[in-house]
Amino acid sequence: MSDMPLLKVRSLSKFYGNRIGCHDVSFDLWPGEVLAIVGESGSGKTTLLNCLSTRLMPSTGDVQYRMRDGDYRDLFRMSEAERRVLMRTDWGFVHQNPADGLRMTVSAGANVGERLMAVGDRHYGRIRATASEWLSRVEIDTDRIDDQPRAFSGGMRQRLQIARNLVTSPRLVFMDEPTGGLDVSVQARLLDLVRGLVSDLGLSAIVVTHDLAVARLLSHRMMVMKGGHVIEHGLTDRVLDDPREPYTQLLVSSILQV
Amino acid sequence: MATPLVVSDVAKSFTMHLRGGLVLPVVANVSFAVASGECVVLGGPSGIGKSSILKMLYGNYAVDAGQILVSHAGRTVDVASADPRTVLEIRRSALGYVSQFLRTVPRVAALDVVAEPLISRGTAPEEAHERAAELLSRLNLPRDLWQLPPATFSGGEQQRVNIARGFITDHAVLLLDEPTASLDATNRRVVIAMIEAKKMAGVALLGIFHDEEVREAVADRILDVTAFSPRRSAA
Amino acid sequence: MSAPDTRPAPGQDSAGETELAAYNFAYLDEQTKRMIRRAILKAIAIPGYQVPFASREMPMPYGWGTGGVQVTAAIIGPEDVLKVIDQGADDTTNAVSIRAFFQKVAAVRATTHTADATIIQTRHRIPEHTLQEGQVLVYQVPIPEPLRFLEPRETETRKMHALEEYGLMHVKLYEDIARHGRIATTYAYPVKVHGRYVMDPSPTPKFDNPKMHRSEALQLFGAGREKRIYAVPPHTDVVSLDFEDHPFEVQQFDRPCALCGATHVYLDEVVLDDRGGRMFVCSDTDYCETRQAEGHVGEMLATTATDREAAE
Repeated sequence: MSDMPLLKVRSLSKFYGNRIGCHDVSFDLWPGEVLAIVGESGSGKTTLLNCLSTRLMPSTGDVQYRMRDGDYRDLFRMSEAERRVLMRTDWGFVHQNPADGLRMTVSAGANVGERLMAVGDRHYGRIRATASEWLSRVEIDTDRIDDQPRAFSGGMRQRLQIARNLVTSPRLVFMDEPTGGLDVSVQARLLDLVRGLVSDLGLSAIVVTHDLAVARLLSHRMMVMKGGHVIEHGLTDRVLDDPREPYTQLLVSSILQV
Repeated sequence: MATPLVVSDVAKSFTMHLRGGLVLPVVANVSFAVASGECVVLGGPSGIGKSSILKMLYGNYAVDAGQILVSHAGRTVDVASADPRTVLEIRRSALGYVSQFLRTVPRVAALDVVAEPLISRGTAPEEAHERAAELLSRLNLPRDLWQLPPATFSGGEQQRVNIARGFITDHAVLLLDEPTASLDATNRRVVIAMIEAKKMAGVALLGIFHDEEVREAVADRILDVTAFSPRRSAA
Repeated sequence: MSAPDTRPAPGQDSAGETELAAYNFAYLDEQTKRMIRRAILKAIAIPGYQVPFASREMPMPYGWGTGGVQVTAAIIGPEDVLKVIDQGADDTTNAVSIRAFFQKVAAVRATTHTADATIIQTRHRIPEHTLQEGQVLVYQVPIPEPLRFLEPRETETRKMHALEEYGLMHVKLYEDIARHGRIATTYAYPVKVHGRYVMDPSPTPKFDNPKMHRSEALQLFGAGREKRIYAVPPHTDVVSLDFEDHPFEVQQFDRPCALCGATHVYLDEVVLDDRGGRMFVCSDTDYCETRQAEGHVGEMLATTATDREAAE
């Protein structure tokens, strides 16, 4: 573990008029750390994720990101061009609905290769070889490389989206309900895959989920949100085994035991 | 002799918000230390807070008061107040835990479950797998199960995977929550031998053993948890 | 090209007898021309950049060259000599009607000879005869945005141009190779202009792409329905996109023109009968006729000549 945080979030708030999106959120994210943000719909977790990933401008607060050269940069003071470069090289964003993160009308290979081409790779053979390697890493048969994601199942699409994001070796990946629309058995496979990739690649990740089992399996640390506020924050095991806040206790006690 | 685990004045209660803020005291004034090479066994009737103490030490339960000092990388860290990242770091390098039940991860083979703590500390995968295989065969887990995920194993088989996973590292402190509960006599004796080996290696062990045979065999000292009962201290 | 317009509007004779409605010179009013000229100047200043303009309704349907016609109307002057081609030919419907339109509303001289023209409006070809300084080539453009097929959002494509994010263009070429084993895009082949903007050269065959590179002529592109004008000034670098291991190549034809025997020109296939007979002839009719006039004879003409002799 490096002894400098990758992301430093300070007093981040987002208001929609009089309504609170998220309020006064502060935390550090360390290299290799997976943070889960949990809460029910409307709790502000997606607003927070979108602010952190610069898809949304916060009303106040700042987010410092440690660039590859070791310098911290304020994300909201960067030019849009710099932010976009960051988003397609050093970051990934995995959407709940794979169709939002994939190009559904181009082949799987091109979906994975797009980021490589975006950073200037101009060798078809190399791009294809890398794409093929990534498809097998996410357990998609390489003979599907020329098929469009339209012909893929939900689980495959989600895995393709992950490959597309990881091909440039990002250091930080944002995930919005990555297992959202998937069958339970497909979820398990995806979670295991993500877990393996995150630890193999030493990724930092911020995962928004309403599923505490997902948080338990993937994350080191957890933030519980309610009404735009972070009401509980700590080691994932601790929050789930010994929830302190009334709302967290309600969440934990609402899990169906199998 | 070094004392890698010191617990001082720890208190713990649960506030049940869903039941009108009912406060359930668990333990209070918990103070003890475990030295290197020593095996301390928590004693007392069930429900008295033995497992809760282990969970506090491992960071799974928050504590209301007191300190839990663990020697880690040449300094002493208070698990009770450490940030999550430090707790994870301590778990990775200094503090091991064999729980009562294995938390299974889908699709991960038993051998990988066991090798994982070593790999996460930077051991080469081949070496880690070798060590894992050694432990699993010592615990008599049939070889044809090694490449299967433990989710479908019997209780005893899962427990042996769990033990192997807990014992594979050379953590200075090892917490054992009924590791032998679902084992047969042969395997119980293997675990006893493994605990003896840990003691010889200078590991500080703290455990809960309901099985008298095991307790007799491994305990250097029995710590009666009844002494920490808050009801008693309140009286 | 465009001189201040003081002449009476065409269609109106000096006696004031009116047979046709009175149009301003070259159909568009002067304010509109000024607006279009400003857009053209901006386009020339930023080679390859798509300048929005207030495209007018023209007396012809979209898809018939309303963008090109407006550009031509804005730059044409009484002294200009106009050539109009459609797929290389001067005598197809689109070319004939646009030529007639300008003869009527601007009374300019028309020609079919590439070398004689000052303005050449084209639909989907660049003449074979190398263009010279002082000539203007006006392209009719259906879809100006090269990124459109992969990125439907205009806000996003504009941002991509602004930030020079052109990875997506290569995604299109990648798809070609993945599907066909080579870059199968044969027309509207994307180019990078002056090392900055990626541009759609309109649906010209990629065979013509190299002719755009450092051309002495001014090249203007008008898209009427999409309301965009863009330009390649003379002597500007125009580079076709490609991969290192799949470099850009133009189409090769394995035989010369059947009428004039020209090689290294773009050929059209002409079906001769219903028994599979066909010939390949120059797509550029003016080029072909000029060569025939110079005495070049292709295979087909040679055979017909022999047949005729044999018959006599």
